[in-house]
Amino acid sequence: MQIPNKLLAQAAGMAALLTLTQCFTDKQNEGERFYTQYCANCHMDDGSGLRNLIPPLAGADYLESHRDELACIIKHGQTGNIVVNGKNYNQGMPAFEQLDKGEITNILNYVQTSFGNSNERFTIREVELQLNKCRHLLER
Amino acid sequence: MNRSSISNSGFVILLVLLAGLLQGCSGGPDANSELPYLGERQVVQRESGGQQVADTVYHRIPDFAFINQDSQVVTSLTLQDKVYVTDFFFTTCPTICPKMKSQMLRVYEAFKDEPQLVLLSHTIDPAHDTVAVLRDYAERLQVSSDKWHFVTGEKDSIYDIALQYMVTAQEDQEEPGGFVHSGAFVLVDQNRHVRGIYDGTDPAQVDKLIRDIPALLDSNKKKKKKQDADTQ
Ligand code: HEC
Repeated sequence: MQIPNKLLAQAAGMAALLTLTQCFTDKQNEGERFYTQYCANCHMDDGSGLRNLIPPLAGADYLESHRDELACIIKHGQTGNIVVNGKNYNQGMPAFEQLDKGEITNILNYVQTSFGNSNERFTIREVELQLNKCRHLLER
Repeated sequence: MNRSSISNSGFVILLVLLAGLLQGCSGGPDANSELPYLGERQVVQRESGGQQVADTVYHRIPDFAFINQDSQVVTSLTLQDKVYVTDFFFTTCPTICPKMKSQMLRVYEAFKDEPQLVLLSHTIDPAHDTVAVLRDYAERLQVSSDKWHFVTGEKDSIYDIALQYMVTAQEDQEEPGGFVHSGAFVLVDQNRHVRGIYDGTDPAQVDKLIRDIPALLDSNKKKKKKQDADTQ
């Protein structure tokens, strides 16, 4: 009786782990899918950007130095001069108001962990708090 | 020692003969026939030596005049005797344009040292994309203006010429950014005939474009040679 029980426990553990990783990879996929759909046209599939027109996401210091603003940049766009890895950019990025906090979290986590980046991931809660700070932009 | 030098010179003669043969057969009128002529064509009858001859007249891009990022006028004469690749875009385009530009950069880099190949990008939003805006855009792309013209002009002339290149370009408030346009790269030969249309957002098609361009450049060189020979 002991052995089957142990086996059962192991099997349950495995199953839990599997669903967890499954869930994790699904979220990862959503981030990647949305990135390809909404961001890759400009920032390119490999996050390299476009010369001095569009800043890179691969190895961008901005992702860490402006971590607190990233959710709002996606939701409301970005205009005016910004400096990424020492270079000036001033092309303007459109807003993606249709994306909700969960989708933005997944996209940001894809960006933070792809193209050779290994930055800290976001929680939905963190993204929600960031979005609260720029909510007024929606009521313009 | 002697024998081998004799057979060597024999080999050289053979090579020269072969080269002559090859040149002889590649100088014909359809040296570049592998690339099609696109667009409507007309068959025109004419008289030659008392006989009716049918000539095919291929679709040809009409004369044009636009202004580039250096405020220089770019006309069909500017591009005379050149092969060019053209597209339609706008600087504030939220969708495919940056991808097109990154692919056009590949063409630019591949033919950097080939003066007979130029690039011509038309803005379809001339109200916003003034000369100054285009200059800033080109500078940020770090490209030289004698190789890659970014042009603006009368809105109607831009939309009309897009039709001639068989490219969709239209204003449409429903579309992101306010315009519909295709991501096509159009390959045009020295006589302003359209010889290829490629999807400028698809790296594989742009690979093909980069492979196709030399065929047009070569055929021109051969024709030049032939002309020189004819006039001698
Ligand atoms: C129309 C082109 C375009 C699209 C689409 C676009 N961006 Fe941007 N993005 C830009 C430009 C241009 C800037 C620089 C803005 C400026 O100069 O003010 C920028 C800046 C950024 C920055 C801050 C600078 C950096 O490089 O770290 C981040 C992060 C970013 N974008 C992420 C995204 C994400 C995620 C998406 C998809 C949801 C996206 N962008 C879609 C053009 C675009």
